[in-house]
Amino acid sequence: MATNSQQIGSGSTGSRLRGQAFKIVLWLCITASVVLLCLLLVETLRDGIPGLTGTLFANFPSFNPAKAGLQSALMGTLWLMAVVIVFIVPVGVGTAIYLEEYADRNRWWNRLIEVNIQNLAAVPSIVYGILGLAFLVRGPASLGRTVLAGGLTLGLLVLPVVIITGREAIRAVPPSIREGSMALGATQWQTIWKQVLPASIPGMATGVILAISRAIGETAPLILVGAATFVAFNPSGLDSAFTALPLQIFNWLSQPQDEFKTLAAAGIIVLLVMLAGMNGIAVWLRNRYEQKW
Amino acid sequence: MQDPTTATSTAPMTDLDPPDTSTGHAAITPRALQVREPAPTDLATRDRIFSIEDVTISYSGKAAVRDIAFPIYKNEITALIGPSGCGKTTLLRALNRMNDLIPTAKVEGKVFYHDIDLYDSAVDPVQVRKRIGMVFQKPNPFPKSIYDNIAFGPRVLGMKGDMDSIVESALRKGALWDEVKDRLKTNAFGMSGGQQQRLCIARALAIEPDVILMDEPCSALDPISTGRIEDLMHELRADYSIVIVTHNMQQAARVSDMTAFFTVELGQDESRTGRVVEYDATEKIFTSPSDPRTEAYVTGRVG
Amino acid sequence: MDPTQASSQQAASRTAILGAARPRYGEKLIRVILFAFALVSVLTTTGIIVSLLGNTIDFFDVVSIWDYITGGEWSPLFSDPKFGVWPLVNGTLLVTAVALVVAIPLGLGTAIYLSEYASRRVRKAIKPFLELLAGIPTIVFGYFALTYFTPVVLKQFLGIEVGSFNALSAGIIMGFMVLPTIASVSEDGMSAVPASLREGAYGLGASKLQVSLRIVFPAALSGIVAAIVLGVSRAIGETMIVLIAGGQIPNTGIDPREAFETMTAFIAATGKGDVPTGSIGYQTIFAVGFTLFVITLLLNAVSIRFVRKYRQVYE
Repeated sequence: MATNSQQIGSGSTGSRLRGQAFKIVLWLCITASVVLLCLLLVETLRDGIPGLTGTLFANFPSFNPAKAGLQSALMGTLWLMAVVIVFIVPVGVGTAIYLEEYADRNRWWNRLIEVNIQNLAAVPSIVYGILGLAFLVRGPASLGRTVLAGGLTLGLLVLPVVIITGREAIRAVPPSIREGSMALGATQWQTIWKQVLPASIPGMATGVILAISRAIGETAPLILVGAATFVAFNPSGLDSAFTALPLQIFNWLSQPQDEFKTLAAAGIIVLLVMLAGMNGIAVWLRNRYEQKW
Repeated sequence: MQDPTTATSTAPMTDLDPPDTSTGHAAITPRALQVREPAPTDLATRDRIFSIEDVTISYSGKAAVRDIAFPIYKNEITALIGPSGCGKTTLLRALNRMNDLIPTAKVEGKVFYHDIDLYDSAVDPVQVRKRIGMVFQKPNPFPKSIYDNIAFGPRVLGMKGDMDSIVESALRKGALWDEVKDRLKTNAFGMSGGQQQRLCIARALAIEPDVILMDEPCSALDPISTGRIEDLMHELRADYSIVIVTHNMQQAARVSDMTAFFTVELGQDESRTGRVVEYDATEKIFTSPSDPRTEAYVTGRVG
Repeated sequence: MDPTQASSQQAASRTAILGAARPRYGEKLIRVILFAFALVSVLTTTGIIVSLLGNTIDFFDVVSIWDYITGGEWSPLFSDPKFGVWPLVNGTLLVTAVALVVAIPLGLGTAIYLSEYASRRVRKAIKPFLELLAGIPTIVFGYFALTYFTPVVLKQFLGIEVGSFNALSAGIIMGFMVLPTIASVSEDGMSAVPASLREGAYGLGASKLQVSLRIVFPAALSGIVAAIVLGVSRAIGETMIVLIAGGQIPNTGIDPREAFETMTAFIAATGKGDVPTGSIGYQTIFAVGFTLFVITLLLNAVSIRFVRKYRQVYE
């Protein structure tokens, strides 16, 4: 024992100094991230605020930076998100319900589904773009570079998020509630629909909002699935060509002129504000409606 | 703790102060062990509501209770007592097919309810649970208003009638109406533990069952709430049949007409199987049990 | 009481016959529908594998696997195309390496601080920053790397001679993007280390530094490895930062001050255009995509193994 405490050491001055130095090093690690984050936000604001004009929101993309705007991109993003929501809510919540309430875990196919979802959550987003390109844009569905193809691609990308948070929300409902319901003569679906789901809605809604905020900022899949160049019109239907906010930002960044850099920065500010808003709603939802069992 | 075997028989139940329901509070009467008005000694004339015949219930192949066989009589309170782990709850849940919810559970034998085998393939578990209600150990109100808690059962079962009066009637029967009538729309979680349990009882009553199964309904409650619920059980006895699992011997002695004593048998492979040792009138079980194991348990020599 | 008598009469008349079992087709249908929804995820994986594999096999009909793996030049769309994938892999590895040089020390340092040193208040203040960093879309990082980090921080401030597109800038910024992942997963691993281990050491007179580095760190090692592997996987699969700031020139060198094209950047650049279906250019998307998919899948499997290990030991 004596050798052990010798090895671990006592509080000598040298060791105290080392301890302090270590603490400072650790603090620097955190500071580095904070500094970078602040730098990023400050620079973006500095570059982008001049671009936040009415023209930005009223106009469509143009070769002339003075006239270029985001309208088609914003509308495109809205249309895409609508498709994403309509897709992920039934499929994601339905999968979560199936896995938590119906699936017998001893069956190999149910375990396969679970492992599969975990793997999908970690697949690079561009691979989803390839999937969309091969099956939705071309291939069997041949939807072309349309809103529907883009929305479904993004939906598949964020589906694991909805499933995983949905499962957690359902799991949080105690078994005693289900037992109480079934003991009164309710069927399994009646119990799920009238007791479990209503109790898990706050968690589910948070999951959906998180999924949407991820989908809004994703660029890589849209590069493969979205319009190659210029889209200077708002989508008119699911079969419309489209552009989206991150795509437009990317297009502007690819242009050499400095004015487009400003526009890109302005677009980024709009994107960040949208994300901040959504996350704010998610946090509010969680705080206001969280069920404490 | 009083030694039950030497308890003197006191006056029959009719001397008990009826609960003072005008203010919604049950009168708290000191309880000595008492003898019920004896049921007709000719068992053949007593109405049976359940007939359990050679029931063995296993989980994943391991028997939890074995060879259970005894009748349960109508409009009586039947207590299942015994040390923990001897399958009392398992058997109770078999009476309303709640074991169906456990995929690894298997029920062998017959459970007759009014001469219908509950486990017959033609029987609808939903109908079974409508007739045979259950109250759980830990009160489990739904995260809804008091009104919606009570109304849930009638609604999902499609019961006809004015929901307001169904709810009021259930809450009155559950001895809760006066306490909550002004706050029916408030969340049930705001009630105390004892009130929540009475809510669960009222909720079970709302679907107009025949039988109420109670799985240690008072074990999570304080003595005063326990007393109120025991009083409630006395009231309900007139219209319902009650089967109660309890760890509390004194409660069984206070409350029940018939008592079944369970014990655990250790198998050679370290398996634990529950069996019924003795089933008889409560008075007899506690004053002159036939089996030495019963006597050891009720006198507190073994836990 | 009258109501009681009336209800007991009602109860008496309602006893006996239980309703016959209703087949409840609605319940069965709902179960089938929900199962179908659950299959969507399986179909997704199948689709990914089928599309990647199918086209990759077609690709290897034309290009020999040997050329693909060992060739040192990647110029698939030129008139005399070369299909050696190594420059792309090289670019990916180099950018990832730079990212890890940033993310591992900073991420682990952050994790140790949050787990061992920070008070509850400080943790509450710092965690949102990490979540914020984790939530920023990668295009924003790409923008920052291109328009600010390269010209101002690297060229002006640090005086490094870098091209306008370079792996150094992309790598460093990617490091900050990956940092929150490494920090939170390692911190999970560190929190899983039971207090009794720490208390034992403190009781023997150890300092915080010693406990952190000699007790907690080794005990949480599998969680830390899981975190790093996960971080590597994210870095390898990342597209926008390298696409915007890293350059689109395949490069077999190792000087990060030059421009490099990664696997992901190539896929994005090629898929953007209207490459005809079935053409060799189209198939390169899938071949490189398949390579990428396999690498990240393996890394994720390894990471999950390590997470399971540390969960098993302590939970």
